[in-house]
Amino acid sequence: MRPALSHLLLLGGLGLSAVLQIVSPQLDDYAVNILILAGINIILAVSLNLVNGHTGQFSLGHAGFMAAGAYASSLVTLASGPLASGGDPVVKNAVFLGALLAGGGFAALCGFLVGVPSLRLRGDYLAIVTLGFGEIIRVVLQNTDAVGGARGLEGIPALTNLFWTFGIATVTIYTVACLVNSTYGRGFIAVRDDEIAAEAMGISTTRYKVSAFVVGAFFAGLAGGLFAHYISFIAPETFNFLKSVDVVVMVILGGMGSTPGVVAAAILLTLLNEILRDFEQYRMIVFSLLLIILMIARPQGLLGNFRKKRKGTS
Amino acid sequence: MGLDRMTSAPNLPGMKRPLRSFFPLLMTVGIGLLLAPGCKKNDSTASDEIVIGEFASLTGATASFGQSAHKGVRMAVDETNAAGGVLGKKVRLVTEDDQSKPGEAATVVRRMISRDKPVAIIGEVASSRSLEAAPIAQENKIPMVSPASTNPKVTETGNYIFRVCFIDPFQGAVLSKFMLQKGWTKAAILMDVKQDYAVGLTEFFKEHFLKNGGTIVSEQSYSSGDKDFKAQLTSIRGEKPDAVLVAGYYNEAGLIAGQARELDMNVPLLGGDGWDSPSLVEVAGDAMNGHYFSNHFSSEDKSPAVQNFLARFRDKYKEVPDAMAALGFDATMLVFDAIRRAGTTDGPALRDALAASRDFPGVTGTITLDENRNATKPAVMLQVQDGKFRYVETVVP
Repeated sequence: MRPALSHLLLLGGLGLSAVLQIVSPQLDDYAVNILILAGINIILAVSLNLVNGHTGQFSLGHAGFMAAGAYASSLVTLASGPLASGGDPVVKNAVFLGALLAGGGFAALCGFLVGVPSLRLRGDYLAIVTLGFGEIIRVVLQNTDAVGGARGLEGIPALTNLFWTFGIATVTIYTVACLVNSTYGRGFIAVRDDEIAAEAMGISTTRYKVSAFVVGAFFAGLAGGLFAHYISFIAPETFNFLKSVDVVVMVILGGMGSTPGVVAAAILLTLLNEILRDFEQYRMIVFSLLLIILMIARPQGLLGNFRKKRKGTS
Repeated sequence: MGLDRMTSAPNLPGMKRPLRSFFPLLMTVGIGLLLAPGCKKNDSTASDEIVIGEFASLTGATASFGQSAHKGVRMAVDETNAAGGVLGKKVRLVTEDDQSKPGEAATVVRRMISRDKPVAIIGEVASSRSLEAAPIAQENKIPMVSPASTNPKVTETGNYIFRVCFIDPFQGAVLSKFMLQKGWTKAAILMDVKQDYAVGLTEFFKEHFLKNGGTIVSEQSYSSGDKDFKAQLTSIRGEKPDAVLVAGYYNEAGLIAGQARELDMNVPLLGGDGWDSPSLVEVAGDAMNGHYFSNHFSSEDKSPAVQNFLARFRDKYKEVPDAMAALGFDATMLVFDAIRRAGTTDGPALRDALAASRDFPGVTGTITLDENRNATKPAVMLQVQDGKFRYVETVVP
């Protein structure tokens, strides 16, 4: 991996996000809405891919981390009051960045707390534990009056824009790509490919799993923060089990462990949802049919095969 | 094009990895540019029609409400068009389905605003989804009228947001008043913690009930989607309440009534407008007999406005309208009335006209909007008997 090149591409991605932001006044709200949802889905899918795809741990609790990040960051911006909603764009965006990082940090902490005891488990058991965790976060939020309980939090300042969304998506892709391709990252892949062999080689599998979990949770928290500050209203129901499933579908459809694949799947599923709107009540039937056809045609995921080929040739 | 480049990436040693990771980003941008034709300029709204937007939960968990409200809105538009339209123009209704899913309401409202440029928006029944859409309507200065969101916060979003139904504090007080009037001073509560509506209703019921000499002997909760309520009901039965408030929606209320009957509980169950759906009795059957709920309107009301509406609705859809249909109809008619009074479809003028609505003769009662843009109007108490919702009394604010 050439550091200089990857940095250049990181800068390129950020630059493109800035360009998108500059042209956004020319776009209508609906187009911006789709782009932002696509960006948030990219962040969710790529971060879950680190856990499910690269490290091979099947997590069903991504919406839980998203909720942790969404609530934590919203509480920060709501607490900072006029600073976040006032006129000064520099102060506003600085508060927003702080809030997003706080949300990501809190989600990462949750990821750590859940990861340490549960990642000693494998496969199905882990899936059930993470599913349980996602539900716990939601139920705790539902019963906490300080954050609005089941009624949710409203009036969150709408600070999310295309720059933040795609900037963070770029950073997520960059971080996950660099991490997986680094010496340390080989550990993740070793854990996925053969846990016993990895352990025999002296890799602390639990440590690798926990670190993948924490990084994944951090970015899910950022995505949650972006979502909350875009919709301006969050309720525990927003982050239910089905949201986790949506992200898992993106990862599987894109091809486990293939970053370009899951990014493509995240975009495809977001767009498909919108394009099919004209089918009205039959939309979900068409959507599900397309998913079934895609999975039959490409069981390895959109770009899953590509990765295997590369492995074979080099 | 993106895919071709990516499959060729492995042949470029050295730079392939980072490049691979970044093609998707380029793809994203490419797709973004494809979306760009939806540029802001196309303001060419045909001047011979007035566009009204509606977003409703036509599918998903609360589809029954969304479809009912939609029928009411549809009927209001069709009747108005048949009578020559508004300000001499035909009305075109644009309806979007939000699947009862969080996040979708915001998307569909942005979609209709960008594409169809509605002069006003009707929606939603569920408060959580109205809360998502309200900031967008407010920002675009498009008046939004909710047919049935009873959470007080909805209209607090801004001065472009209205509603034609009463709010939860009033409904909570109505239920409490009714119980006390019947001499039921020992109440138990069974609440759906997952629904903001149920939590709010319970809170306001409790406040009024405790202040006026009632006691609450047991408080139990469940989550939407639960199927078994016997544990909660057994615990409530042990406390021997005079009545049980079941704050939640029709699906669970039906199951709860059925299971209460199985447990030989003979106390009346009371609910709010969330019970109002034909599905209520479909689920519970006979077990629903004798229970009460508060509602916006009763199809047994003898007033000519209601009976006339009933006849026209039956004619059109071959079914009896529920409260959501009546509220959808009223919300739409109120908007048309405001457009006529304003003489224009211009956002701020239409907003002012809506805010000035006084004594509008709606199907669900006479609607006057107060300074917080909420309707002040009476509620009715209904009792379920043999699958029918029988009118008991009207409670005035």
